[in-house]
Amino acid sequence: MELVCPAGNLPSLKAAVDNGANAVYFGFRDDTNARHFAGLNFTPEKMAEGVQYAHDRGARAFLALNTFPQPEGWGRWQDAVDRAAEMGFDALIAADIGILDYACNRWPDLNLHLSVQGSATNYEAIRFFHENFGISRVVVPRVLSLPQVKHVVENSPVSIEVFGFGSLCVMVEGRCLLSSYATGESPNTFGACSPASAVEWRETDKGLETRLGGILIETVGKGENAGYPTICKARFEVGGNTFHAIEEPTSLNTMEMLPELQKAGIAAVKIEGRQRSPVYVKQVTSVWRAALDACAKDPENFKPKSEWLAELAKVSEGSQTTFGAYHRPWQ
Amino acid sequence: MKLSLGPITYFWTKEKTFEFYEQVAKSPVDIVYLGETVCSKRAVIRFSDWMEIGEKLAAAGKEVVMSTMTLLEAESELKMMRRICENGKFMVEANDIGAIQLMKGLPFVTGPSVNVYNQRTLAKLAKVGLKRWVFPVELSEETFADMQDERPEGVESEIFAYGRLPLAYSARCFTARAHNLPKDDCDYKCGEFPDGMTLSAQDDTRFLSLNGIQTQSAHTFNVLSELDELRSLGVDILRISPQAEHTMEVIEAFHNCMTGKENAEEASARLNEKMPIGPCDGYWHGKPGIADSVLDNYK
Repeated sequence: MELVCPAGNLPSLKAAVDNGANAVYFGFRDDTNARHFAGLNFTPEKMAEGVQYAHDRGARAFLALNTFPQPEGWGRWQDAVDRAAEMGFDALIAADIGILDYACNRWPDLNLHLSVQGSATNYEAIRFFHENFGISRVVVPRVLSLPQVKHVVENSPVSIEVFGFGSLCVMVEGRCLLSSYATGESPNTFGACSPASAVEWRETDKGLETRLGGILIETVGKGENAGYPTICKARFEVGGNTFHAIEEPTSLNTMEMLPELQKAGIAAVKIEGRQRSPVYVKQVTSVWRAALDACAKDPENFKPKSEWLAELAKVSEGSQTTFGAYHRPWQ
Repeated sequence: MKLSLGPITYFWTKEKTFEFYEQVAKSPVDIVYLGETVCSKRAVIRFSDWMEIGEKLAAAGKEVVMSTMTLLEAESELKMMRRICENGKFMVEANDIGAIQLMKGLPFVTGPSVNVYNQRTLAKLAKVGLKRWVFPVELSEETFADMQDERPEGVESEIFAYGRLPLAYSARCFTARAHNLPKDDCDYKCGEFPDGMTLSAQDDTRFLSLNGIQTQSAHTFNVLSELDELRSLGVDILRISPQAEHTMEVIEAFHNCMTGKENAEEASARLNEKMPIGPCDGYWHGKPGIADSVLDNYK
């Protein structure tokens, strides 16, 4: 299985490549990708340097171009496709039908992956993208259970990549408008969930209040961890109870499932976190490299080492979970 | 301009559903979308029942469209989607790309959850059979106008004009979660909430409505007051999304305004009073979705 690691800047990219990533994914410094945050991502110059660095060391470079352009911004996305093709990226990770159509017609040799933002949870959808645009891989949404992923692999005409570690979307990616409902900007339109400009923190007697688009979505008491304020991981009142009504602030770790993922024929494991630091990328990449190597060598006896899990716990947000887990929210 | 009624997004009883469509048959809507689009576990109304409802509505002069599920995971769900796509009688609303694949070039409509955000996407889908598209709810009037300018020949534009906005879908069921039940043993709790369960923020902002695996806006989107503008933009169809109460009055109000019998701003203000929580129209004006231009409440 290929290890696909995130890079929000050149130091992170180098950390990923130096610590055993088979591929790195990164994006331009604008709304053409789904990690559009201030100070993050690559200028064209740095990007060319990054592609070169990866290629010189035998790693592949993927461009994330996974937001949905509207007519007014179409030219920016089209330019990004052209640049990706000219810079020698090994794959373009896209979600929008218009972008995929443009890319496969203008650059027939450009390798295309369907982003998780493409919301392809079933093999009929994957077949559509394969037959129409020649995609060679799909990153499947983090909503599927392992048996469902296996079923997709068995019927898919292309290889499957799954998220292995990092922040967890509980909503189907590409179809979540919660952020724009509160702030006007969503991953689809702007490339960010809860854009920083809409977040407001306030110290009060009750604790640290977090507002998103002026709406109080969380109050964090002393001693509690304040994570990144996404709507899906905040506490709300439903039916007279205040609790994590959608999801607790957990993150994903599928390491224990590696032998099963390998057996199922998964082509690649993706690490989330382009918005995280080079230290995060270095630690997570080196641990996952060791785990993947151990699993490939002896899947029967594979078990995550306690020192690996300790390393990962240091960098993960909140407590951890695996997909398919069921939580009792407030009793 | 025509008027459509979107699929029922909630879990109503079979009796309520049949009664509802008896009223719809007598109402002035032109197009009716039918089927379960949210959760496959809500199978009290079978495929044959939907076809029967469809035939009655067609006999009453309505154009009937069968809607497919939005989030498809299990093979049983794909099987149902195949039955709908091969129904042979009514047009199909694809709420997932998988349904477009199954249509194999036959005419189809894309629902609000299929991301058609630009002219090139619209043109590509038109080549594979798109006859009508529902404008994604988070986009603005400005984007709609740009896309209308480059709309392919023979493709109709439909706007989600009235209803609680579909905002997100998950493999998890939030109604079951609020009752401490696992999704696999959910006890069909969503059936007890014919308009969803209201979720409030910690400052008491009534924010979202939990409808099983779907999350909706608590506020009801309403652009009836923009009727003249919608007409000048060349919108072909206005969609009303069913609510447990007052849907026939909403249909009546839209119809009256569209036929010049009633003033759109007055009718719109009247409907705002009947909503479960209150109105919003921010998305259409390029603002946060929860904002409302009449209340002028954008913080």
